[in-house]
Amino acid sequence: MKVRIKFSKTGAMKFIGHLDTMRFFQKAIRRADIPVAYSEGFSPHMIMSFAAPLGVGTTSSGEYFDMQLAKDMPTKELVRRMNTAMVEGIEVLSAVRVEDGKASKAMSLVAAADYEVTFREGREFVPDWESKLEEYLRQPELPVFKKTKRSEKTVDIKPFIYQYQIQENKLFLKLAAASSNYTKPEQVMDGFAQWLGVEQKPFAYIVHRLEVYADNGNEQKHEFVTLESLGEEVE
Amino acid sequence: MRKLALSDDILLQIENPARYIGGEVNSMMKDPKGKIRFCMCFPDVYEIGMSHLGMQILYHMFNEREDTWCERVFSPWTDLDKVMRKEQIPLFALESQDPIQKFDFLGITIQYEMCYTNILQILDLSLMPLHAKDRGEEYPIVIGGGPCVYNPEPLAPFFDLFYIGEGETVYDNLLEAYKANQEAGGSKLDFLKMAAQIPGIYVPSFYQESYHEDGTLASFEPVYPDAPAKIQKQVVMDMTSSFYPKTLVVPFIKATQDRVTLEIQRGCIRGCRFCQAGMIYRPTREKEVERLKACAKELLLATGYDEISLSSLSSSDYSQLKDLVTFLIDEFKSKGVNISLPSLRIDAFALDVMSKVQDIRKSSLTFAPEAGSQRLRDVINKGLSEEVILHGAHEAFEGGWNKVKLYFMLGLPTETEDDMKGIAHLAENIAMEYYDTVPKEKRHGKVQITVSTSFFVPKPFTPFQWAPMCTKEEYLGKARIVKNEIRSQLNQKSIRYNWHEADVTVLEGFLARGDRRCADVIEMAYRKGALYDAWSETFSWNIWEQSFAETGVNPDFYTLRERDLDELLPWDFIDAGVTKEFLQREWKHATQEEVTPNCRMKCSGCGAGRYKGGVCIEGKN
Repeated sequence: MKVRIKFSKTGAMKFIGHLDTMRFFQKAIRRADIPVAYSEGFSPHMIMSFAAPLGVGTTSSGEYFDMQLAKDMPTKELVRRMNTAMVEGIEVLSAVRVEDGKASKAMSLVAAADYEVTFREGREFVPDWESKLEEYLRQPELPVFKKTKRSEKTVDIKPFIYQYQIQENKLFLKLAAASSNYTKPEQVMDGFAQWLGVEQKPFAYIVHRLEVYADNGNEQKHEFVTLESLGEEVE
Repeated sequence: MRKLALSDDILLQIENPARYIGGEVNSMMKDPKGKIRFCMCFPDVYEIGMSHLGMQILYHMFNEREDTWCERVFSPWTDLDKVMRKEQIPLFALESQDPIQKFDFLGITIQYEMCYTNILQILDLSLMPLHAKDRGEEYPIVIGGGPCVYNPEPLAPFFDLFYIGEGETVYDNLLEAYKANQEAGGSKLDFLKMAAQIPGIYVPSFYQESYHEDGTLASFEPVYPDAPAKIQKQVVMDMTSSFYPKTLVVPFIKATQDRVTLEIQRGCIRGCRFCQAGMIYRPTREKEVERLKACAKELLLATGYDEISLSSLSSSDYSQLKDLVTFLIDEFKSKGVNISLPSLRIDAFALDVMSKVQDIRKSSLTFAPEAGSQRLRDVINKGLSEEVILHGAHEAFEGGWNKVKLYFMLGLPTETEDDMKGIAHLAENIAMEYYDTVPKEKRHGKVQITVSTSFFVPKPFTPFQWAPMCTKEEYLGKARIVKNEIRSQLNQKSIRYNWHEADVTVLEGFLARGDRRCADVIEMAYRKGALYDAWSETFSWNIWEQSFAETGVNPDFYTLRERDLDELLPWDFIDAGVTKEFLQREWKHATQEEVTPNCRMKCSGCGAGRYKGGVCIEGKN
C-alpha cells in the first residue's frame, strides 16, 4: 500500500537541507523497521517521493512524502513506530493511505502552500511595514526583478498570490507552488523591498511553512485541499 | 528545546551549519548536574571526525557511565573560525552547546600529524591558554590519545597528559582518580600525580629532557620521582568481550564514512616495515565471529544505515572472514544493505564476494604493492609478488572487471632508479595481462589503470624509524622518473598517474619524529595562520618555512638525518610492545633484503608475546 506521511520540521532542524532530510527519513524508516518497498535493480532504493523541498532556514508544520509499503499496516501504528525513530525537531504528524499510481504522486499534486513570514526584531523593512505591505499587495500587478547568474528578468507574481493576510507582526500567504507556476515568500518579500526602495537587512525575516495543498478545482476556480486529506486512515 | 550556541545569523551564513548544531540520532543528552563533563575532540572538520570509529567507541563507552556525560567537538571550518574570533564566541560542545572551558576534560584524538595546528585552534577558540603550564585550575584537563601519541613530544607543552594505547582499558581508572581527587579537594597537580601512576598515562610536565651539542637527545628522565621511567602502552586483550557500542551517532549530513563500521580485529600479522599501525597494534587480536554477527545486526537497526563496512588492517587475514561475509550477504543484501570490504587481498574468494556486493562495471580492484620491484618489496617486507598481482588481476579481468588501482610509495630506504621504474613496468604488465590473456569477448572495453604514489614517511616504532627522508626536490624528481617511465610504456594511454604533494610529506616527517623543541614551530605556524594542513586548499608551506626560520629549528635535522642505532630517540620512553632490539633486527634485515615471515607462519619475537594473547597464543592452549 502507498502511504502519505505528514511531518513537521522545527527548531535547529531548519538547518538540515532537503537532501539530508530525505536521507534522515530513509534511515529512520529502517530504524523503525517499517516494511517499506524497494525498487528493483542492482542497488535497490526505497520507493518514496517527497512533495515540496524546503529550503535551509525554513521551518514547517506541513511537510509530506509518500512511500510504498511492501506490507499493509495500520496508519496509526505507522505514525507511532516512525516517531520512535525521530529526533528533536522532526515529528511525524499523520499517515494516511493514498491511491497508488503516478498521477497521485505527492510531488505532482502540489498546487499551493501556506506560509507565515515574521520579521526578526529590529529588521523590519520600514517601521510601518504592515500598512505599507497592505498597500503593496493591493496593487493589480506585482513585478519582481530577479537577477540570477545567467539572466535578469522581471516577473509578475500577483497571479501566484492566492491569498494574504497581514496579522500582528506576521504575514500569512497562500502561494502557488506547482512546478509550472509558483512563487516563494522570499520573492514576495523581495518585491516588497524593491517597491519600498529599501535594502533588506540580512536574514530579516523568518519563514514557516504551514501546509501544502493539492487543487481539486481548476484554473478558474481553485479548490485547495491538504495533501493529507486526499488519503484515509486505515486500521 | 536545546538552545544553540550560534545565532541563526551565523548559522545561515556559513557552510554546512549542520556541523555545529548537534542533536543527531543517538547523540547523548544528559542532565549535567553532578556529572564529569568530558568533551571528545577530533581536530578536523565534522564530516571527517564523525567517520572515526575510535571516537564513537569511546563516546558511547563514557556515556555508559552514569556519572559521566561525554560530548563531542570538531574543528570549526575556516568560515566559522573567522566569525568566532571576530565575535569572541567560545568553542562549544555539540550536545549541550556549552563552552569547552566549562568541562572537566577535553580529550583530543590525534590520528595524523597534519592536524597539529588544528589542535591549537581548538584550545585557542575555547579561549584557553595553549600551554598546559598556563592553564589554571579552572580549565579542563587536556588529554591526547591516538596513534600520533606514540611520539607525543612535539605536542608535549600543550597537553596535561597523554593516554598511550587503546582507550578501552584504563579510562575508568582515570575518571575514578579524578572523582577521588575532587572529593578530597585536591588540585589539578594532585590529579596529574595520581594519573601518572596509572599504566599508559604520560604526564609530560613530569619529565625533562636534555640535548647533546649535536642536537641529539642526551637524556629524558622523570623529574617527579613517582612518574614511571617507561610508559606502557595499553592493549585490550579480550577483543570479543571488550566494549563495542550498541549504537552510533548518525550525522544528518553525509560523513566521509557514512556507514556502520564493524571492527573485526585489531593489529596485523604482516609486519610491513614501513607500517606503524602494524607494529603498535600488536599482537593481532580477532573478535569472535558470532559476536560480530550480533553487533552487525544491532548496529544496522540502531542507526538505519544502508551500508556496513568491515574494519581492520588486513581483512583477508581474519580467520572467520568467509563465515562473516556470507552471513552479512545472506542476512542483509535483500534488505538493501550494501557491504563494503576494504583491505581485501584479491583472490578467488574476494572476487566471488565482490561480484555479489558490488557493481563490477563501477568498482575497481585495488592492489597496494607499495614498491615497484621485488627487491624493494623484500626490503619493506611487503609479501605481495608480481605473480600474485598478475594472477589476481587476470582472474578479475575474466570476471568482468577492467579498472585497477595501484598504490606505491616513493622514497623508501635503499630505493634505486630501477625500483621507481618498476612501478611503471608493473602497471604495464597488468595492462598486457588484460590485452594478451583475456579473450576479447570477456573484456569490458579498455583497461583502466590508476597508479598513485605517496612519499614515504618514517614513523616511530617501525623498523624504519632510523631511516633518512629525502628533500622535497628529490621526491619530485622521483615522481618525474615514474611519470616519464609510464609515458614510455606501450599501454601508457591506459595508465593514469597521480602523486602526492612533497612539501606536506616533509612536514609530516618533521612532526612524526620530532622532539619537544618542535612545539615552538607548531605554535609559530599556528600563530601565523596555519590551519587544516591536511587540506591542500588550506595548506601553506610558506608559513611553515617562515616558522622554521624564525624559531631556528632546522627541519633537515629531523627529516634528512639517518639516526644511529644507539641514539636516544624522543619516543624511547614509551614501551609500545615491540622491543627496540626487534626493530633494530628488522632494520638490519631490511637492508639485507631479507623477508620476515608473518606472525602466523613464524613468531619473530617482536616483544608483543608478553601480552599473552591474540595471534601469539593461537593454537597454543
